[in-house]
Amino acid sequence: MATTTPKTSPEVGGMGHSVKRKEDPRLIRGKGNYVDDVQLPGMLHMDIVRSPYAHAKIKKISTEKAMKVPGVLAVITGETLAQFKLHWMPTLMSDTQMVLPTDRVMYQAQEVAAVVATDRYAAADGVDAVEVEYEPLPVVVDPFKALEPGAPVLRTDKPGKTDNRIFHWEVGDRAGTDAALKASDVVVKEQIYIPRIHVASIETCGCVADFNKINGKLTVYMTTQAPHAIRTVFALVAGHVGLSEEKIRIISPDIGGGFGGKVPVYPGYVIAVAASVVIGKPVKWIEDRMENLQADSFARDYHISAELAAKKDGTITALKIKTVADHGYADAAANPSKFPAGLFSICTGSYDLKNAFAEVDGVYTNKPPGGIAYRCSFRVTEAVHAIERMVDVLAQELKMDPAQLRMKNFIPKDKFPYKSALGWEYDSGDYPAALKKAMDIVGYDALRKEQAEKRKKGELMGIGISSFTEIVGAGPSKHFDILGIKMFDSCELRVHPTGKATARFGTKSQGQGHETTYAQIIAEELGIPAAHVEVEEGDTDTAPYGLGTYASRSTPTAGAAGAIAARKVRDKAKKIAAYLLEVGEDDLVWEPGKFSVKGAPQKSKTIQDIAFAAYTNHPQGMEAGLEAVDYYDPPNLTFPFGSYICVVDIDRGTGEVKVRRFVAVDDCGNIINPMIVDGQIHGGLTMGLAPALYEEITYDEQGNVQGGSFIDYLVPTAMETPKWETDKTVTPSPHHPFGAKGVGESATVGAPPAIANAVVDALSHLGVRHIDIPITPEKVWNILKEKDAAL
Amino acid sequence: MSQHTIQVNVNGALQKAEVPARLLLVHFLRENLRLTGTHIGCDTTHCGACTVLLDGVPVKSCTVLAVQADGREVMTVEGLERDGKLDPIQEGFYQEHGLQCGYCTPGMMMTGYALLKANAKPSEEDIRKAISGNLCRCTGYVNIVKSVQHAASAIAAAK
Amino acid sequence: MIPASFDYHSPKTLSEAIDLLSRHGDGAKVLSGGQSLLPLLKLRLGTASHLVDIGKVPGLEYIREEDGFLKIGGRTRESTLEASDLIRKKYPILADTAAVIADPLVRNLATVGGNLAHGDPANDHPATMLALGAVVVATGPKGERTIPIGKFFTDLFTTALSHDEILTEIRIPTPPPGSGGAYVKLERKVGDFATAASAAQLTLKGGVVEKAGIGLTNAGPVPVQAEKAEAFLKGKKLDAATIAEAARLAAESADPSADRRGSVEYKKEMARVLTARALAKAAERAGGA
Repeated sequence: MATTTPKTSPEVGGMGHSVKRKEDPRLIRGKGNYVDDVQLPGMLHMDIVRSPYAHAKIKKISTEKAMKVPGVLAVITGETLAQFKLHWMPTLMSDTQMVLPTDRVMYQAQEVAAVVATDRYAAADGVDAVEVEYEPLPVVVDPFKALEPGAPVLRTDKPGKTDNRIFHWEVGDRAGTDAALKASDVVVKEQIYIPRIHVASIETCGCVADFNKINGKLTVYMTTQAPHAIRTVFALVAGHVGLSEEKIRIISPDIGGGFGGKVPVYPGYVIAVAASVVIGKPVKWIEDRMENLQADSFARDYHISAELAAKKDGTITALKIKTVADHGYADAAANPSKFPAGLFSICTGSYDLKNAFAEVDGVYTNKPPGGIAYRCSFRVTEAVHAIERMVDVLAQELKMDPAQLRMKNFIPKDKFPYKSALGWEYDSGDYPAALKKAMDIVGYDALRKEQAEKRKKGELMGIGISSFTEIVGAGPSKHFDILGIKMFDSCELRVHPTGKATARFGTKSQGQGHETTYAQIIAEELGIPAAHVEVEEGDTDTAPYGLGTYASRSTPTAGAAGAIAARKVRDKAKKIAAYLLEVGEDDLVWEPGKFSVKGAPQKSKTIQDIAFAAYTNHPQGMEAGLEAVDYYDPPNLTFPFGSYICVVDIDRGTGEVKVRRFVAVDDCGNIINPMIVDGQIHGGLTMGLAPALYEEITYDEQGNVQGGSFIDYLVPTAMETPKWETDKTVTPSPHHPFGAKGVGESATVGAPPAIANAVVDALSHLGVRHIDIPITPEKVWNILKEKDAAL
Repeated sequence: MSQHTIQVNVNGALQKAEVPARLLLVHFLRENLRLTGTHIGCDTTHCGACTVLLDGVPVKSCTVLAVQADGREVMTVEGLERDGKLDPIQEGFYQEHGLQCGYCTPGMMMTGYALLKANAKPSEEDIRKAISGNLCRCTGYVNIVKSVQHAASAIAAAK
Repeated sequence: MIPASFDYHSPKTLSEAIDLLSRHGDGAKVLSGGQSLLPLLKLRLGTASHLVDIGKVPGLEYIREEDGFLKIGGRTRESTLEASDLIRKKYPILADTAAVIADPLVRNLATVGGNLAHGDPANDHPATMLALGAVVVATGPKGERTIPIGKFFTDLFTTALSHDEILTEIRIPTPPPGSGGAYVKLERKVGDFATAASAAQLTLKGGVVEKAGIGLTNAGPVPVQAEKAEAFLKGKKLDAATIAEAARLAAESADPSADRRGSVEYKKEMARVLTARALAKAAERAGGA
């Protein structure tokens, strides 16, 4: 298995070592500190009253009964917040959304009022006792209907708004692509719907807001992936009520899974903060699972119309995509501000195609805000699903093997850095090697033979490929900002006299293992054992400013900052070593952990010697201490890639799809910790399996959510999840300080099309070309029935 | 609403408390006893993050009333480590990277611990079946299976 | 996820429990395993002002054969049923059923009596008990009475139990030699209620059906006994054709509602497919297909 060969010893634990995780000792003892574990003296509990209607005027909110419930202290409504002008807030995409309504509700489960009580049982009783009178209004849940002239305008709060379009965004050469489509031998066209799904991390969202009336400091323990951004947003939004950024502390402690769902600012957080500011006591708000599944953390919901054109010999010539993006009632996702459709323009994929055009129309509907970057960078799952499905559709049309079609069109290894038709410069890639490896591992040719034999007997078996390119590590300041804040990230590294180190970062792990992997980066650069590097993240009082962890950006940005900061430290260490060894800097040679004199290796100083000297015997004229800060502005994004092959068998009686095998070959460049990378892949594959076969959030005509509890939102258990087979290729990033790319999301991106392609492949001889995910047994059975192939 | 005096043996220590009838066992453990290692992940008895042992049997403590535990024994994740030594199940999860965010982990480990007491040599299929009431979003279950297998081997080797 | 307030009682004897049910009327509910009742109360979908916990009442958990019947105590845990050697060897249809109820953790607390008394057509035991021709033993203020399973399920979430009766035992006639049964369930994922499920219990002699019992889960407002299919099979040689016809007839008895688990058409077709599979497996276990 190709992986980074370690340059350091196992005791140092630099890159390439599967160092056991430093976060585990507390977590396996049940001594993690998650937000709901936080208990502060005098802490109150908040629970939220939610709308049963998707669109309604609020006629009256009666709080008398609720106030009589023992333990209930206050009921907060939109009117309460309006006094402080906090009833509306900006979203991360510079739209606006309600904190609490004063006029109407716009989605089912929307927050309508909040009850503050002495304990959570009383708060629940209080919520039950709040009486709200609604006057239902016409509901708009179909984004196409929402765009029709004459559709009810939903955002009546926006002066001058006469339709439900949020944005129109386009990229590429429309005329050139149209011409190329016309001139091509073959054009295939499909409608692809990627439904709304939900992050469903096992920990829901919540916070403990603690405002100290005496010193005016607000501390918020919060399930957030981006604590600094939250702090700045709170300062900007609530500056007028006295919150000041130097007196706001956001603490993101242990987080039970984020996956993008814990990036946005949800109304619950703001209400809890307001409650604490007014009451002067800590206020805890933890949403329960059904609230979580119905009100926040939604992703996808893209209606894609795609055309892919090729010559008869299979050379792909053009791609044209038109997408309607259902955002719900506010554009509240966290995309980089110049990219309302995220990085969807990666849709040209792994293929060398010259003509491409993509356009996306964002639409308002009566649904909760969607568009979370759910383990997908930004919209990369949608883009990759589209191109990988279309390549298979094209293969079917041309009667060409889908592996062969891909090999024919891959961007060749020697063409990197590669400028795509939609403007991205892919840093590095070796697509044929990854696909070949996957094919060898799975035994592709033998499987095709088996499929042919089975077809003669009427048995249904399919093989699906996904050769994806991801785009992660947002991002270069030239193009990437969120609410104007550039998407750099940071590391502050301090080496102590006894040779140990503390390293603080602007990102925030929610299970990715930064306490271990970041220590390994420092160990690699300085030779200080990873065990001696204490990594801290998540407390805005101490951590350097960063944009947080999501979109697989941590290793590409903060990890890079850690390496650069360590190199700055090493530069200073070299000066001190030269001084101690009484030689010039040019006479020194570095190996992990020490400088020695060229030609006289016994004359050396370890990094520990140097650290001690930095405080006790530094050269005159040099500042004491041994530390550095780096704010890293990545020169480009990184482009991890891979090839996945999925083998399925279909039960002709029930339509059930069984994943027999799934081989994933991933390339994320140089690997810090192989064990952790594999863990990320396993988890990502499972989060790709889920929407491919099981998960979906839908709404009926009245905007009632379907799938709003774990009864119907089908998170796979260990029984549904196959035994993932994983392997790697290693194609370093040429621009990253240690050649790494992000990896946390590759598998969520690459897996769904591999599975969808496998099922379609199993049925292609019956004339099936496309099936939308989730591919449920009923969907398959309906197709079998239609094709007279059901048992 | 009735109040009840209960006596529950939790991790070997007898706990006496007066609780309302409707208090869920998981809240009793987390809030009354401040044993926050047991977690809450859902409201429909699906996720298993709240799994504890009740008289040695793994159950979802969100779907048990504290009063039902009166006179009985409860073991939580905090009870796995004994005399400063990790239980083989904890060691297994540590060695095999069986956790990422750690939120489902206490429940998973309690289920794994109970499985190994009932079946010292579980197959992969046995393990997946045993944990089918415990949801994980981070690990994809592969390393959780390996963690339980690691613990099984360690327990067998110690005999 | 927090229930409304209620009073809780933990009687030490059966008569004390029954007495509490009588005294507190409709607001009192039996707490057995609690794995159906507590989730309802937590979501505030059901109400109870008094919970009568029978957890400390002795003599309600047992599995034994006696007088030509398999007798299971009402508070017997599903996990006990699943692990019982007697059940697995002689009544595998019950082992099949117990093994697919919810998930292993829920099964450690859920009880057979509760699964039946809840009156939910989506629960798994009702169909199996219909196929087995079981008899429910209800104990109330006036003592014990028996209720044939065919008369036990009266409406959605409603059984023939009167308000102050407790399901203390379920009796299954021990099948004669040449018998076999199976329960086959289609679920969207482990832990779900059935999209469709079929219980088939057969007694064969020389390949001919002497007796057939077929029950369907989640196929209507009450658990369904596929009587037409049962009648068709009686006296017939069991082969692929008769299995297919019986399965077709069973599907006709199904009256499922459309929901996220499937359309009416899909669920009825699955009742057919699963009945065929259950019959084939039952025949195999009976020792002669």
